[in-house]
Formats: sequence, C-alpha cells, structure tokens
Amino acid sequence: MTDLHWRSATELAELLDRKKVSAVELAQALIERADEVDGPLHAYLHRTDERLLDEARASDERRAAGATRSSFDGVPTAHKDLFVTKGVPTTSGSRILEGWVPTYDGTLVERCTAAGLPLQGKLNMDEFAMGSSTESSGYGPSRNPWNTKTVPGGSSGGSAALVAAGGTPWSWGTDTGGSVRQPASLCGLVGVKPTYGRVSRYGVIAFASSLDQPGPLTRTVTDAAAFLQIAGGHDPMDSTSVPQPVPDFLGTIADGIEGMRIGVVKEFEEAEGTDPGVKSRVGEAYQRLEKLGAELVEVSLPSFEFGISAYYLVAPAECSSNLARYDAVRYGLRVDGADVVSMTSRTRAEGFGDEVKRRIMLGTYALSAGYYDAYYGKAQRVRTLTIRDLERTFAEVDLIATPTSPSTAFELGAKTADPLSMYLNDVFTVPVNLAGNAAISVPCGTSPDDGLPVGLQLIAKALDEATMFRAAYAFEQDLGWAGSDEGRPSL
Amino acid sequence: MSTTTDELFETTCGLEIHVELATASKMFCGCKVDFGGEPNTRTCPVCLGLPGSLPVANEKAIEYTIKIGLALNCKIAEQSLFHRKNYFYPDMPKNYQISQYDLPLCYSGHVDISGEWGTTTVGITRVHLEEDTGKSIHVGGSGRIHDSAYSLEDFNRAGTPLVEIVSEPDIHSAEEARAFVSDLRTLLDGLGVSDVRMEEGSLRVDANISVRRKGETEHGTKVEVKNMNSVRSVGRALEHEERRQRAALEAGEILVQETRHFDEKAGTTSSGRTKEGSSDYRYFPEPDLVPFEPGTEWIERVASTLGETPIERRERFATEHGLGAKDIEVLTASKATADWFEAAAAAYGGDAKKIANWIMADLYGLVNEASIELADSKIAPQQLAGLVKLVDAESISGKQAKTVLAEMFATGKNADAIAKEKGLEQLSDTGALETVVDEVIAENADAADKVRSGNLGTIGFLVGQVMKKTRGQANPGMVNDLLRRKLT
Repeated sequence: MTDLHWRSATELAELLDRKKVSAVELAQALIERADEVDGPLHAYLHRTDERLLDEARASDERRAAGATRSSFDGVPTAHKDLFVTKGVPTTSGSRILEGWVPTYDGTLVERCTAAGLPLQGKLNMDEFAMGSSTESSGYGPSRNPWNTKTVPGGSSGGSAALVAAGGTPWSWGTDTGGSVRQPASLCGLVGVKPTYGRVSRYGVIAFASSLDQPGPLTRTVTDAAAFLQIAGGHDPMDSTSVPQPVPDFLGTIADGIEGMRIGVVKEFEEAEGTDPGVKSRVGEAYQRLEKLGAELVEVSLPSFEFGISAYYLVAPAECSSNLARYDAVRYGLRVDGADVVSMTSRTRAEGFGDEVKRRIMLGTYALSAGYYDAYYGKAQRVRTLTIRDLERTFAEVDLIATPTSPSTAFELGAKTADPLSMYLNDVFTVPVNLAGNAAISVPCGTSPDDGLPVGLQLIAKALDEATMFRAAYAFEQDLGWAGSDEGRPSL
Repeated sequence: MSTTTDELFETTCGLEIHVELATASKMFCGCKVDFGGEPNTRTCPVCLGLPGSLPVANEKAIEYTIKIGLALNCKIAEQSLFHRKNYFYPDMPKNYQISQYDLPLCYSGHVDISGEWGTTTVGITRVHLEEDTGKSIHVGGSGRIHDSAYSLEDFNRAGTPLVEIVSEPDIHSAEEARAFVSDLRTLLDGLGVSDVRMEEGSLRVDANISVRRKGETEHGTKVEVKNMNSVRSVGRALEHEERRQRAALEAGEILVQETRHFDEKAGTTSSGRTKEGSSDYRYFPEPDLVPFEPGTEWIERVASTLGETPIERRERFATEHGLGAKDIEVLTASKATADWFEAAAAAYGGDAKKIANWIMADLYGLVNEASIELADSKIAPQQLAGLVKLVDAESISGKQAKTVLAEMFATGKNADAIAKEKGLEQLSDTGALETVVDEVIAENADAADKVRSGNLGTIGFLVGQVMKKTRGQANPGMVNDLLRRKLT
C-alpha cells in the first residue's frame, strides 16, 4: 500500500482491523519514511527501530489471537524526548542528561504501551522545553518540513516536524506556554493543550510544574481526541492529576457548532506584531466559524498584557528549582572537579545551554529573599487575575478564538539573538497555561505572504475539551485542508 | 565560681527537634521506612529524585504530625501546604527539600516541664512535616566532607517522613533543655509515632543557645549546637556551652554566631562552619502537591486516639498506685516500661507499690547490667507478679526470691518452677524445718534454757543458727514460730 505514512492514526487503525496492512508492514513503512526525511529534519534524537519492529510483531500476534489491547493496537508513535522511557535514552534535549537510560516508564508511556502502540523513538525539543524553535536543543535544531530553512517551532519541534512530514501519525509533546500549539501552528498540524491535570505528568521531565501539560500533535482533530482519550485520565502518581474520567470525545465530535458562542478577544486583535498573513487567515477562520452556525462575540481579557511577564517569572522560578537535581551526583553528565561543589558547577556550566542558564538565573533571582513578593508573588497574582478574566468571559461564551502564534515559521537564527522576540511567540498561548484551561490549535491554511501554515487557537473552559474538539472538527471538515495535497508539505 | 556567674548571667535556649516518623512507607513514595540495611535498597524513582518523578503525600504521616501537634497543645492549621526549600547538598536527591514554610501543620503550642528548679512552660512555635535526606559517607580525611577523598551516598533514608518541632526560646538552663528532650521523647514514644532512638538518629536535637549578662535587653550571640546523640549529651553539651559562653563574656571576648559540634568523648563543643547571616532557601509553594485541609472531623478523630499523656500517667501513678517521685520517674521513662509495670501490678492484684519495689530494687539492676529495656527482658509482667505472690505466701523467703528472680531473668522460667527445681520450697515445709530446729536446740542447750526461763531475746540467736544450718534457705518466720512453740 502506498502513502501509508500519510494516513491518519484513525485510518491506520481501520486498515489494521480490516487486515489490509499488518503492524510490521506499517512499522517498516515508517522506518523507510524516517530514513527519507530525518536527514533534513533532524526530528529524532533516538530511533528505536528494533523495538518498533518487535512491538509491531507482538501486535500482529495479538491481533491474530483476537487479543488486541485497543482499537489502535499496532499504530506506532514517537514521543518528545522528555517522556521518561524505560531502557531508552531520555535527554529532555539537554547534554546534561546525555547517557541517562531511565529505569522506569512514565504514566503516559505506560498507557501508550498498554494501548499496544509500538514505539518509534524519541524526538528533538528545545532544551528542557525552554524555547519556541527547537534551536535551544543541546543536539542541534530540527527543521520545518514546509521549508527547511525555517524552524518547526518549539519546544515540541521534533514532534511537529515528524508528524508534519508523515514520519509518524501522531506524537506526544508538552505545552508549558504554547510548546504544543505553536509548533502545531507552524507545521500545519492539530495541537492540543489539555486542561492542567487531564494528562499525568508522572514521568514527564519537569520544566515548570504548575504549567506543564502533555498534549498530542496530530494531522487530524479526530486523532488528537483519540490520543487524549488513550493517555489522559486520573493518575494516583500525580497529585495534581484531575480525579475525573475522560469524556467520550469521539462520541460528540461531529455534533456541529450551531448556536455555539465564540469569543474574539479585543486585546488580541488589537495587539501589535501579528503578521498580516496570519491576521487575514485567522480572520477568515472566524468567518467560517460564523458560517457554520456559531455566534461571534467580542470579549475582553484585560490581564492579557501581563501574561508574558507573569509567565517569565513563574516558569523560570519553578525551573530553577526543578533543574537543581542535575548535579552530576547520581546520573547524566559528570565533569569532575576538585570537590563536590566544583564538580556540580563545572557539570552545570558545561551541560546546560544558554537559554536554560538564562532561565535558571531569572528564576533564582525572582525567588530570592526580598524579591519574592515583587516578582514571584506578583506573578501569582496576575495568574489569579487571568483565571478570573477567563472565568468571567466563559460565563458568556463557550469558546474563545485567537491566532495561535503571531507569526508563521521563521528562519533559523532569526530570533536567537533576541530572547524577548522569541518569548513573544507565546503571547496568545501563555494565558491558557497560566489559567490551566484547555486549548487547541487547528490549521487554517497557509499565509498568503510566505505560503507557510497558520493556526487558529480555540480556548475552552477547564475540563471542556469536548466542546473544543467539536468546533475544531467542524472547522477542519469544512476547510478541507487537512489530509488534502495542499495540507502536506512537499519535502 | 558557678554561683557568682549564675547571678551575673542568664541563658536563653530554644530547641529544634527532628523526629523521623515510624510510618510503614516514606513521605512521598511507597518505599519502606526502616533503619540501616544494604545501601540504596529502599529506593525508587521518587525518593531518588529521578527526572520526571513526582511526590504523593503520605496521609498517615500527616495524621501522625497532627497527633504530635495535639499532644503539644498546638493549633492545627485549617489549610496547610508544602514548600520547597532550595539548597544544594549531595545527599539531597532533588537539591530541594519538600518542607513547610509559612503554613505549618501545627503551631502555637506549649508544654510544661518540671524538675528541681520548679515548672517551666515552654512554648512550641511550630510542628511541621518534611522529608529526610539520604546519608553521605565521606571516605578519607577526617570523615567530614571538606577533606575527604570521595563520598558515598546512601538514599535508604531519603524521603523518610520527618517532623520538625521548634520550641520558643523559653528554656533557661541545660537541665531544663535535658528535661524537655527527655519528656518529649517519652511523649512521642507514648504516641507510637516514632522509634525515638537518638543513637540511630530517629530523634535529633539542635539547640540555639545564648548567654547574656542579667539586666541586658538584647539577647546574646546565638550559637547552634549540633551532634547531641542522647538525652544525657544534650545536658552535657549545653552545660559546656553555657560555661564556655559565660567565660568568654567574662574575659571580654566577642562571641561569634556559629554552629558548634558536640564531641561526646571530650564533653566539649567545637566550631563548625560560621553562619554568615541566614541562608536564602528560596522557599516557594511546592507545585507538585496541592494544598490540603485537615478538617475538623479528621482532627477530632486523631484527638480521640491520643489516650493518656505521659503527664497524666505520672499523676495517675501517684494517686492510683501511691508511687513516689523517684519510682514514677523511672517507671514512666518509656511507654513500654510503664505498660510493663501496670501489667505486672494488674496480674498481682495487691499493693502495686510492692511490684514497684521489686522492679526498682532488684529487676532494674539486672536490666541495666544487661543494657536492655525492661520490656525486652525475658521476664513477663505476669511472672514477676507470680514471684511476689510466692513470697507473700511465704513459700520462699525474700532472700531466696532474689535468687529466683535472677534465674527468671536469665531463663524466662516461672518463679514456682525455679523454686521447685532448686529445692527451695521444702524449707517452708514444717516437717523438714522441725528436724533442723530440734538439732539446733540440742546443740545449743544453754541458749535454749535461757529462752525457756523467759529470756525471749535469745530466740534470735537460735533463729540465726537455723538459718546458718539451712544456708539461709529456711523461712525465718516459720523458724521463729517453731522455736517459740517448742521452748515456751
């Protein structure tokens, strides 16, 4: 079967079920595809071809015995390299974890295995998920299959690049300030930031604990909903996990959006710095939602202007503490020194990249005695304001629509010298992480300016991913871009 | 000199006590809580702080902490949460300790301590819950980290629930500090929340102590004393430190704020690292855990399990059992000892003071000699009661009973079995005694005549002769009776 690698996970599940293809054939097709595309893209940090084939064989045996683990048994996946995977090197994109082979599986990895998904490998990312371009990876940047001179976004850039290039039907990333939605937008994919606590963080290498949330990157809305269904749900190993069952998203996904109230944020539309091409595509997307029966309502989020500032205090503060454990004592890189202090200092100096060091310093400063109230304390108050703003808005509307990213994919090196311009990539996505709500980025075609993909963000109430999937699905089906030739990069 | 300095100076001391809780599992993971063992065998991704691992709070540890707080008359927080205390140390797997900061679980308590000086009420600032660290073994050099060749890390202890009890600076002498630690140890032991073994580190005491001239309003320079591994060494270390600081002040020296280590052998403290102000631990709320509300219902349920406090028990030992101060101090030193005594008293049924006397006068000597706890000895409380009953029934003499007790202590056998084995019982047998008494009367005709002629004082001499002949095994009361019957 040709073009197997372009099929969605849902289609592949059906082909496997109807015995049109075997899991081993599928695995082989994806290995061939990886050989083709990974040279220019550098999406992988570690391929597990042998394990993939072994697990595919086991899946075929289960299917033959009528004992499949789920309807997706045999559909492969690859994870962002911060999902702790037993026996597979896991680096979080950092040199400081080079050589560490975990002794345990995180909950998400466990659930994917329990669903019978063979593992293709681990994917590139910004170091410790700090970045919006994958350029801060300790192992070199990934590239965007739509134009390999440009970045795939980040921090889940390896995941986005591989899914967009047909290297895997779906992949898990994590979203702390936009790290799933922004690369989805830049690579023409669907990317979901579920409600904080919907997906377990046990076994996710922490960047900023109160903001981190795993999310799927897929080529279709249906696949994203299905993937969240597989890996989401309460986990007793994560105290911040929501103790509620995951609703049956697929059961309501095609219900349409007739009568849905969708808010368009005044401050977002007026914000400077959004590309005209992005503005025009997203504007068309709003009209399409209206055409499909939704009512557009102008809403206001006055706390929006403080979002990035608050985020860049909370996230570095938490990361300064989370990353303290990389001290060369127990695992990962060790640069010897005269004593334990110099060993730890030298290892951290060599093992961490500039962006990570910058954020550790920012966070250490923000938490210091005498500065805590002015920085971390104030940032937490902005968080509370953001939550209230969104609560107030969601009393009037079912969803909020915004651009996902103010720009399309930019060229490598374009923003590395100016961290602030890089940080502003997250301006529309960050408030969602601060508040803990769910959001999705869904493609709305390519920019008339550069021909690169543009994403529409739909923000939902906490735990109301179902409404978000319904609207995204209706929009995707009507646009007809995903799955068409137009929606595929010609790498 | 000490009287002069006592008049000149006053001491201010506050204690910080760390107590490892005896829960089944660690504070934030399922690993077993235990002491020692092969290094790094009781570890998992969570207590090793591996990337991606997350903590889940141990409910039992929270319950134990509430229990301690209630026993120390603390208020229990309506809402509490964990904070991260950030600092680098190789035996701390995450390089931050999950601890508590501005919302400790228990606060504003107090406890009374008494002794020769009278009674002092010591305020309890806070009781909070945190996780213990691992243990570093520094190889080479002096055994301290600074000059070692390398260090080994054992994370078996890492993540053990640790309660920190902080007292107000209401303590004014080494003796008060010693009594505070001793009483707290008994209290915690009675609550069943910790092994309270200072030598194994499950109860660790740090003291902040300063001395100033009487009448001064500012406190003296605070010195932190560490490494006191027994109740006794708390007293010794602080006595030394008090003397040292007084002498320094008298000599016009300036004291430095520092940490000093107590040297058990030398009985002195020596300077560790100098404290330059307070460290910045960059506390912030632990984002991996959610704030929790113990709730009135839970607190009441814990309160109902508190039982009798050691103070209440001491009072009861005086009123119910009629024991004196010295007996009470020894017999309530630990819950196990007090329980043992009460079980023996109950089995005996008679005057509990008799049981107390046997323990204090005889059994304790054996126990101390063997360096064990009373409750760990081979004698069961019911067996001691059995022995005292034998004495009451005059089946054996008091002197014989001491021999029997030593045998019981060595073997764990019952008193009557030992008495039978040793042929002690026959000496209370009138027939056997009568033969010996007759012999003594025949051999001491003069003395016998004196008694016959009314000189009853001489009867004591004859009793002594019988005792001598029986090598002290005869029942003296019975011998006396027999002699009187035969000679008067």
